[in-house]
Amino acid sequence: MRRVTYFLAALALGASASAAAQAADLPFESGKLLLTGGVTNVEGVGGGGLANWATITGYETRDAIGANVHATYVGLKDYDLRTYGVGVGFYDRVELSYARQEFDTGSTGAKLGLGRGFTFNQDIVGVKVKVAGDAVYDQDRWLPQIAVGAEFKSNDKGAIIHAVGGKKDTGVDYYVSATKLVLDKSLLLNGTVRMTKANQYGLLGFGGDKHDDYRPQFEGSAAYLISKRLAVGAEVRTKPDNLGFAKETRAFDVFGAYAVNKNLSMTLAYVDLGDIATFKDQRGVYLSLQAGF
Amino acid sequence: MTKFHTAALAAIATLMAGSALAEPQPMANPAAGAEPIVGDATYKAFHEKEGISRIMADFVPRITTDPRIKARFEGVNLIRLQLMLTNQVCYLTGGPCEYGGRDMKEVHASLGLTNLDFNALAEDLQLSMDKEGVPFTAQNQLVAKLAPMQRVIVTK
Ligand code: HEM
Repeated sequence: MRRVTYFLAALALGASASAAAQAADLPFESGKLLLTGGVTNVEGVGGGGLANWATITGYETRDAIGANVHATYVGLKDYDLRTYGVGVGFYDRVELSYARQEFDTGSTGAKLGLGRGFTFNQDIVGVKVKVAGDAVYDQDRWLPQIAVGAEFKSNDKGAIIHAVGGKKDTGVDYYVSATKLVLDKSLLLNGTVRMTKANQYGLLGFGGDKHDDYRPQFEGSAAYLISKRLAVGAEVRTKPDNLGFAKETRAFDVFGAYAVNKNLSMTLAYVDLGDIATFKDQRGVYLSLQAGF
Repeated sequence: MTKFHTAALAAIATLMAGSALAEPQPMANPAAGAEPIVGDATYKAFHEKEGISRIMADFVPRITTDPRIKARFEGVNLIRLQLMLTNQVCYLTGGPCEYGGRDMKEVHASLGLTNLDFNALAEDLQLSMDKEGVPFTAQNQLVAKLAPMQRVIVTK
């Protein structure tokens, strides 16, 4: 029920903000082609499902501002993850985002000795700047669209994080992404290198008893455009393995992203987030709804 | 024809072929803004010249009534525009057409077009191609040729 409320709240917010923007005559617009701006990923950043892309969120062009709200639910074998947030794209150049993640241990919480329904919350503030290329227009060049960014993450369960060997409850990820739309093959390709200390995206803190240094991690996505509304693809994301008590493994997903129109898109995925806090093979469904204006 | 003539002609033909290979081929239709797609598969997917003519007969009224961009076409000779677009797309998709119109940069230079204009026009083109039943993959092959023209067409 709570999840449904998020979705409805997100949509209502999107619709009313859109009306407010029009009333105030702000430079909002819907100028990009469907899906070419990507969707919002699990960390609130413009991208696919798990990976960051170099695209700037929203349907704005270089002359305006675009924004969206999103709500994401990931139902895994032993955990649930809920994310909701807002992203703003400025002039197809700069993206600012905020997301709140709630990692709900459900009945697994009791098995871990944390208590049933114990939930780790994390706030993520993201900033991304497009530095070169254009994923859509540069069809006659190999140069992809390149963006650099940072995510400032802050977790509210410092005591538990320290108890399991985590070093900090806050951390910053730095990344560089390259995204290329290969239109004549109807393909979208992305590669991201992320410098991070985050344990399970930061949900289990930053750094650990095993390692406490920045290490490059890779995120790759490939999507095939079936129609202007529908793209299907797959992603892989490697993660550090800093905590001694539980091995952390790579994440993987296959997704479909559907744009109902420029104001509403949905992402449905099958995710395999690997092992999380000693519980193996966390697979499940990923559903994200995004309302833009 | 004497043996000598035949030999001379063959030699000239060889020389010409040789020099054609040695020097880079000039763009056949530089004003069209891109090299055509190789092969005729895309042209066929557009239902050849008749299909492209139908697309443009739908597209020109579409862009000239689209509230986002219609003002841009006030006072424009739409019959010429439709003809030029038909030839250009026929040429770019690999069809047996010559473009013959003005250069993409020159013709749009004074219009002060924005990305919003460009993308709106591209969206309208997608709708017209949909109406003709052009498969999405073939549409994307044409759009891939048009997209880089943004760099010369969009000036604001
Ligand atoms: C890839 C995108 C585009 C292509 C391939 C294209 C192609 C053409 C062609 C072939 C012509 C005729 C040239 C001639 O008469 O010799 C033309 C003229 C024109 N185009 Fe475009 N065009 C594009 C984008 C745009 C956009 C975005 C707008 C405005 C929204 C626009 C507005 C015009 C106007 C107003 C003319 C007539 C100019 C005149 O007659 O002086 N075009 N275009």
